[in-house]
Amino acid sequence: MEFVVSQILSGVSLGGQYALIAIGYTMVYGILRLINFAHGDLFMIAGIILVYASASLPLFISIPLMILLTVLLGFVIERAAYKPLRSAPRMSVMISAIGVSYLLQNLALYITGGQPKTYPRIPWISETITILGATTHIVTVVTPFLVIALVFALTMLINHTKIGIAMRAVAKDFETSRLMGVKINSVISVTFIIGSFLAAVGSVLYFTNYPTVIPMSGAMPGLKAFVAAVFGGIGSIPGAVIGAFIIGICETLIKGTDYSVFSDAFTFALLIVILVVKPTGIFGEKTTDKV
Amino acid sequence: MTKKKKLDKGSLITIIIAAALLIVTLVLENTINANSLLFTVIRKGAVYSLVAVSMNLLNGFTGLFSLGQAGFMLLGAYTYAILTIPTDIRDTIYYLYQGAGFRFSTVDFFKNIFGAEDTAGFVSMVLGVLIAIIAAGIVAAIFAFLIGLPVLRLKSDYLAIATLGFAEILRAIFQWDKLGKVTNGANALRGYPTFSDFNITDASGKIVFRLSSTIPLIIAGICIFVIILLINSSYGRAFKAIRDDEVSAEAMGISLEKHKSLSFCISSFFAGIGGALFAMFASTVQAKTFTSAMTYEIFLIVVIGGIGSVSGSCIASFLYIACSEWWLRFLDNTQYIGSFKVPLLRNGFRMVVFSVVIMIIVLFFRHGIMGNNEISDIFNRKKKKIDENGTEENKMHRRLTDNEK
Amino acid sequence: MKKFFAILMALVLIVGCFASCGGNTAPDAGNDGEKVVRIGVFEPASGDSGAGGKKETLGMQYANSKFPTVNVGGEEYKVELVYADNGSDQSKAPAAAAELVGKNVSIVLGSYGSGVSIAASETFKNAGLAALGVTCTNPNVTAGNDHYFRICFLDPFQGTVLANFAADKFGAKKAYCLGELGNEYDQGLVSFFKTAFEAKGGTVVSDSFPTNSSDFSSYINKAKNEGCDVFFCPVSIAYATQIVAQSNSLGAKFPILGSDTLDDNMVLDAGKGTDIQLYVSTFYSEGGNAEFDAGIKEYINTNSEALAANGGNDTISAVTAMGYDAYCVALKAIEAAGSTDAGAIKTALAGVEYTGVSGEIKFDATGDAVRDTAYIKAADTANAAWKFETQQTAA
Repeated sequence: MEFVVSQILSGVSLGGQYALIAIGYTMVYGILRLINFAHGDLFMIAGIILVYASASLPLFISIPLMILLTVLLGFVIERAAYKPLRSAPRMSVMISAIGVSYLLQNLALYITGGQPKTYPRIPWISETITILGATTHIVTVVTPFLVIALVFALTMLINHTKIGIAMRAVAKDFETSRLMGVKINSVISVTFIIGSFLAAVGSVLYFTNYPTVIPMSGAMPGLKAFVAAVFGGIGSIPGAVIGAFIIGICETLIKGTDYSVFSDAFTFALLIVILVVKPTGIFGEKTTDKV
Repeated sequence: MTKKKKLDKGSLITIIIAAALLIVTLVLENTINANSLLFTVIRKGAVYSLVAVSMNLLNGFTGLFSLGQAGFMLLGAYTYAILTIPTDIRDTIYYLYQGAGFRFSTVDFFKNIFGAEDTAGFVSMVLGVLIAIIAAGIVAAIFAFLIGLPVLRLKSDYLAIATLGFAEILRAIFQWDKLGKVTNGANALRGYPTFSDFNITDASGKIVFRLSSTIPLIIAGICIFVIILLINSSYGRAFKAIRDDEVSAEAMGISLEKHKSLSFCISSFFAGIGGALFAMFASTVQAKTFTSAMTYEIFLIVVIGGIGSVSGSCIASFLYIACSEWWLRFLDNTQYIGSFKVPLLRNGFRMVVFSVVIMIIVLFFRHGIMGNNEISDIFNRKKKKIDENGTEENKMHRRLTDNEK
Repeated sequence: MKKFFAILMALVLIVGCFASCGGNTAPDAGNDGEKVVRIGVFEPASGDSGAGGKKETLGMQYANSKFPTVNVGGEEYKVELVYADNGSDQSKAPAAAAELVGKNVSIVLGSYGSGVSIAASETFKNAGLAALGVTCTNPNVTAGNDHYFRICFLDPFQGTVLANFAADKFGAKKAYCLGELGNEYDQGLVSFFKTAFEAKGGTVVSDSFPTNSSDFSSYINKAKNEGCDVFFCPVSIAYATQIVAQSNSLGAKFPILGSDTLDDNMVLDAGKGTDIQLYVSTFYSEGGNAEFDAGIKEYINTNSEALAANGGNDTISAVTAMGYDAYCVALKAIEAAGSTDAGAIKTALAGVEYTGVSGEIKFDATGDAVRDTAYIKAADTANAAWKFETQQTAA
């Protein structure tokens, strides 16, 4: 019983953290049709910023500072690396994303000198509690509720504000919305800002649970979150969240069996099966080729 | 065009340049310090050019966006190593699994026929290696065919992520300890013939003639030549038609399914050979090396060289490897100009500079070094300049002439 | 088109300049004409073994500051350390090795991590160089060649020692083993531990986690659920810190056993202030040689780069002591050879006997150091320090 509860708790919390990253992927893809490979590394950089910031500043200053810097970095990346390539073929933009990811990892390696960094303990959420005999961090319980609250807020934003309507319009038809007077560049910037903000929040939850930050910390969660986004139908926010929870829980359950070797492989196998059966993911919209 | 079989001037010059570079390598190898990093770069560059060209065939010429290259290299590398490790040292290498489960070695097979001494031994080794390299390609191609059945129906990014996923699954399977009798699980495979075994030695084992850097160039060169022939054949034109417009290609009677599968298998075949060469370069094979980061690296090379340019991929591979492994290395150590200590230089700075250089190329030279031109086009340019100016028209012209042939 | 060609040419020109700069950094003689002998340091400074490699290099640098010269055939030679980062990556190891060879080193020390050592072995062999492994414990490093030596014990020995310790100290009947998927070092140790532990009548549950994992909670839960008495995880430092921290948060009560990689102050920090029981087997225990301890602490505390390389405090890792010993053994070999010629040093190295801070060092026929005891250290989580537990043999 304790084992099952504990595993499910871990799975749900992992899924919640993937969800926060996956939303960033799915929103950017929805608007730019770009797999933003650097998103996972942005998440890692957020972790490193907090490690260094909290060394000299108290947490109530360093956490908002970290969120601010991460959002700024996300904005700068979009302006510097993606905006100049707006009219270029999609493969060029994607390679630019890979390049940014490469740059962020190497920069992190240079700054940390290759040493693993210990994430600061954040009061309250890193305390332990016991639920049905299973011991865990408070953050594990908080994560899913926080995710649901953020998704609710995000859905409100997209459905009921001017910028939200603009985002939907751009995602639907890039050219037409430009003709209708939507400021494409500011819409895209806002998308990146929201994505980076969620990645920064996600990093606090993730590294509180797994408190070591290394330059490669973002690679795996990034890839998993992307898989989750594709799984749920890329471009759809509820899809990304549900996909993330499914991936997180499945992964944790597989690790508990004798086939733990295949925990990552299973995630990809699941993805391939879904893609073959339903090529645009669970909630993805159908696309038709225009001739 | 009328001159169907005759080589144009540009191609001829390209072939001469390639041959000259080969001879220069051979001469350098036997004259200057054989331990220079130059030769490491040549060997790795040769391997990467083959893999990059094979990826370009898929991404640049057929328009299939695949990120599974590292997986096929892994298959090739393992096939090669498992087929060529001498039988008598297998048990030491597979020590964790109480000896090897697979006891056939192509090199030993030929040695039993021709004898293991001197020239006969060398010939057996070469034959064994060649057979194993081809087998490496075939295994990769078979897997590609099987993977392609479900996956090739997917479009663009979905195809990319699915192939990336397959590469990760393959890696996990090869690391699984239950298969340890064959794959050696987490342990490295080693002891098989490498490039340095191609150096010709005298009876006492002293090297009399070095071939270890020329051989990878020759093998990769032959493979790339075959790919060029393929690209210029009717299949190649069908691939390009699919890339430019799937729907009209299908309307013109090109079977999408058949040609996509063919391109995927051929690309994987050469990626498998590339994997075997990589195994020979690295002298150990371990599944851990063939990560998605490796695929991204190769993809970067393809883009830097120019998507759709074979010569671009080759040039970019050598430049990329030389930059990352050789030329920028001094950035990792503290340097002094006179008595002035250059700031920032410490371990890791090389890779930061390297990634900045890559970003600059990606952002400001988005067509890569060669765009979609070949070296031969540079030498043929004068002739073409009469009827057009910009690169766009050039492209159109090339497509037109392709159709006329 | 012309533009691209021009760019290409410019690029070649620029990098050509870089190449010449790079070449100039290795002059054949020292600045003022003094004789120089070069020792190659083949260690990871990046990648997942970067932290360990830096600590090992630190020991060599300290030794170099203490013994900056060597007597070769009656003449004083200055010893120069030449570094190459192998990035903990086997595909980068041959190039890093070739760089050392190209800079005319006389002998190579390293590496931390067996995989990269095996991958570079061929390059050193072709150059006729002797390589002296410091803490690469996998049997395959020295097996079947005559140029690779090492001063540490081997994994079959270490695995057995830890299995014995688990059985003797805790009376463990069931052990949980966790290693990184596809990592030669981890999987080798798990397998040797398993063999020895099962021979003692215990049972073993083993798992592997994929590279770059952060989440170990499932594995820890599983070990708890299976009722395992000890948790054996011979993993890299970054993973070890996660395992220690997560065991604590999941309230795991079993002792954690680690191999020489876990002997690191970052792992200690992760367990600071918790009630985790952590034991590691290692080559050297702080307090074994007071003079060395005092010397290296002073070196670390007076040098900000050394302090950063050691992870920000002055706890001495065993690998640092081993790096120090390796440097001294190399000097002995150069002295014995009486020349800076790589071949002569290789021949001389096999016969070197030396008493280092980590104990007697003497090579057997395969090139392995003859060692029959390992130190077991326990973590003192209240003070974030190691305390000596026992000396354990394989018997």
